[in-house]
Amino acid sequence: MGVQVQEFENGLVLLGEPIRSLESAAFTFLLPSGAAHDPDQRRGLAALTCDMVQRGCGERDSRQFIEDLENLGVDGGESVSVAHTNFGAAMLADNLAAALAIYAEMLRDPHLPAEQLEASRQVAIQELRAVEDEPGQKAMQELRRHVYGDPWGRPGCGDLVGLEAATIDDVQKQFANCYQPRGTILAVAGNFDWQQLCDTVANLFGDWQVAGAADPPTGGEPTAGGHIEHDSNQTQIGIAYPCVPYRDPDYYQAWGGVGILSGGMSSRLFTEVREKRGLCYSVYASCHSLRDRGSVLCYAGTSAERAQETLDVTLAELQRLAEGIEPVELARLKARMKSSLIMQQESSTARSSAIARDWYHLGDVRTLEVVGKIIDDLSCESINAYLAAHPPSDFTVVTLGPNPLEVSLGTA
Amino acid sequence: MELRETQLDNGLTVMAECNDEAHTCSVGFFVRTGARDETPEVAGVSHFLEHMVFKGTPQRTADDVNREFDEMGAHYNAYTSEESTVYFAAILPEHQDRVVDLWADVLRPSLREDDFDMEKNVIIEEIRMYDDQPPYGADDRCKAAFFAAHPLANSVIGTVESVSNLAVDQMRSYFEERYSPGNIALVGSGKIDFDQLVRKAEEVCGGWQPFETRRNLPRVEPCQEFVTLTKTESTQEYAMEFALAPGSNAEERYAAKVLSVALGDDSGSRLFWDLVDPGLAENASLGHYEYDDAGLFVTYMACAPEACRDNLQRILDLYRQAAVEGIRPSEIDQAKAKITSRVVIASERPRSRLFNVGGSWLHGRPYRSVREDLDALAAVTVDDVARVMEQFPLTRNTTIAVGPLDDVAAPE
Repeated sequence: MGVQVQEFENGLVLLGEPIRSLESAAFTFLLPSGAAHDPDQRRGLAALTCDMVQRGCGERDSRQFIEDLENLGVDGGESVSVAHTNFGAAMLADNLAAALAIYAEMLRDPHLPAEQLEASRQVAIQELRAVEDEPGQKAMQELRRHVYGDPWGRPGCGDLVGLEAATIDDVQKQFANCYQPRGTILAVAGNFDWQQLCDTVANLFGDWQVAGAADPPTGGEPTAGGHIEHDSNQTQIGIAYPCVPYRDPDYYQAWGGVGILSGGMSSRLFTEVREKRGLCYSVYASCHSLRDRGSVLCYAGTSAERAQETLDVTLAELQRLAEGIEPVELARLKARMKSSLIMQQESSTARSSAIARDWYHLGDVRTLEVVGKIIDDLSCESINAYLAAHPPSDFTVVTLGPNPLEVSLGTA
Repeated sequence: MELRETQLDNGLTVMAECNDEAHTCSVGFFVRTGARDETPEVAGVSHFLEHMVFKGTPQRTADDVNREFDEMGAHYNAYTSEESTVYFAAILPEHQDRVVDLWADVLRPSLREDDFDMEKNVIIEEIRMYDDQPPYGADDRCKAAFFAAHPLANSVIGTVESVSNLAVDQMRSYFEERYSPGNIALVGSGKIDFDQLVRKAEEVCGGWQPFETRRNLPRVEPCQEFVTLTKTESTQEYAMEFALAPGSNAEERYAAKVLSVALGDDSGSRLFWDLVDPGLAENASLGHYEYDDAGLFVTYMACAPEACRDNLQRILDLYRQAAVEGIRPSEIDQAKAKITSRVVIASERPRSRLFNVGGSWLHGRPYRSVREDLDALAAVTVDDVARVMEQFPLTRNTTIAVGPLDDVAAPE
């Protein structure tokens, strides 16, 4: 049946992918309330608002809200990225409509109780502090900050100054501006009837009012990487270089190149950095995409005394990619992708988030068949042509650990 | 779905939950060996051996192994726990024979000394990586204090020192004592051709020589202690509490799951409402873990250092109150609804069913289908849960606090 699309007059986009072989259904809401929407002096406001809307809505207080969802067996979660607040949930398919009704109330009529603002603030501050104890995550957060500049390089969790300053007025304003149908995507996958779903969503959201919020500014100035002093055993290394974004026609050529670098255990980075030299436990690279820009983000974590060698070897591998890839490497990448696509079909959660992401980036959805065809059509020639035109270069390097490292580039 | 099972002459078990409707299948070798089967001189050898299995055989180099898995597009990995070492792959059904062939070969590894020395570096990096993430050390320390002289006290990963001192001959001896076909099961799930699975197992595992293996099951005599471990570089304070719980063969394990969800699930539980919702802790949860001769209730809490003492007191008070007043029927229903939904959603993926099927073999208990598991869950009563609390008091525990504080006072 493929993916169905319904665009409502108020701007809300409903996507549906019925998968009859499943007993479950899952949905993903992407709301235009990301860290990039935070006012400069209130970084973290989207995260704070995300917590506050879950503290009661309509007739339900916060306890009733959670109990009602849990009695329906709704397994939900939320997160704030730079572009969106994401509410996702999976459940037995029979409970889909009832769960959507509760989420509709949360998104449209939350209490935002002033007396619980302090509790929400503490939740957000503690999440911010938790990152401090995860050096790998922190290094990658810093890397994105340097690569994309402000506001698109911001982490979802905000900063302490912004969180401490935020008032209930700020939260109400954020809610009024950003929890609105224009720019919101609701994607559903699993065992449901599309027409029924359209009716349910029309009833719940058809009269949702549009707010006049401005989109966050595009652009942002990248900054050079650098070193962060950290008292630890290991040095965390984050490396980025430019890449076309997801919406670019050449995206899958770029993605193919990165798949040769990092993916299976026979990929280049795993082989050269971990298997041959035993330099680290974890090393990877992946394509990261904003709507208008993208980059390849690469990570390695290793003992401080071996960090320089790890950085050198990793950078050399990234640069060697420009010399091209081999047919056997591409064959393995295609085999991995083929099984990944089929496995995605076994998970309503994976599909609902994938189609929501597609719509945000493309204003369209690629079915698994379409992606399968794109992958089939990749060739060494096409990927090598891309790599020749866009050789990995212009690196941003962030390190976190006891000592700074030297960035030395070969003559690739 | 249908369970099929047989045993080869050398004692190797072959079993699979066959589902013709599935698009994929998963295949794993489950070995009944882990940290609890190690002597102190070889601490960490089970996990190190799990890494070495990927380093090649007389027929294959390490590169061959990685390459062949990737050629099938397999999603594969391995893990080691206190009681088991598991090697698994999710694949498309067309690769069933080939993946069994590959796993069977690597499970008779060469254990070459130069590979051993190189991989030692990777393991040490893995330990150092965990060491930089404050809560991780807490787990091993708490286990050691709680189980004291019992083998379940053993650390899975070992220490930099124990791993550095390991010699390849010690690993070879360990392999020869533990990897007997009678101690191993070949497990399948999803779209499996069972007759072919057995034929292939005969061909590639039939020649493995059996020998006797033993596991010590001394009486568990848990200790009650309160330990503070100072990590000045940590931002948050973390606490773990270990208390005895129903083990893997106890019928009470279903009631124990319900109790852990009602008291300490990530949301909607008593710990959530008392500590997380009001912003007093970043995380507070209760989990239930099963071993052959014991089970564990593990309480985990993360918060700002200055809040630690009070939060531990809150947890103690909450557990005391639950023991006295019991769990309300509505809480039990809510917990059951959540567990049921999670079980059904997880069961949609063959790769998740693999661990249920293999897990029942590892623990030497009869296989149960999803339906039978859910029936057992549905049968749990208020009294069952009360009995678990009475027999396994959460207040009788070993607690460890890890973080910047020099000393955390024990709650009263």
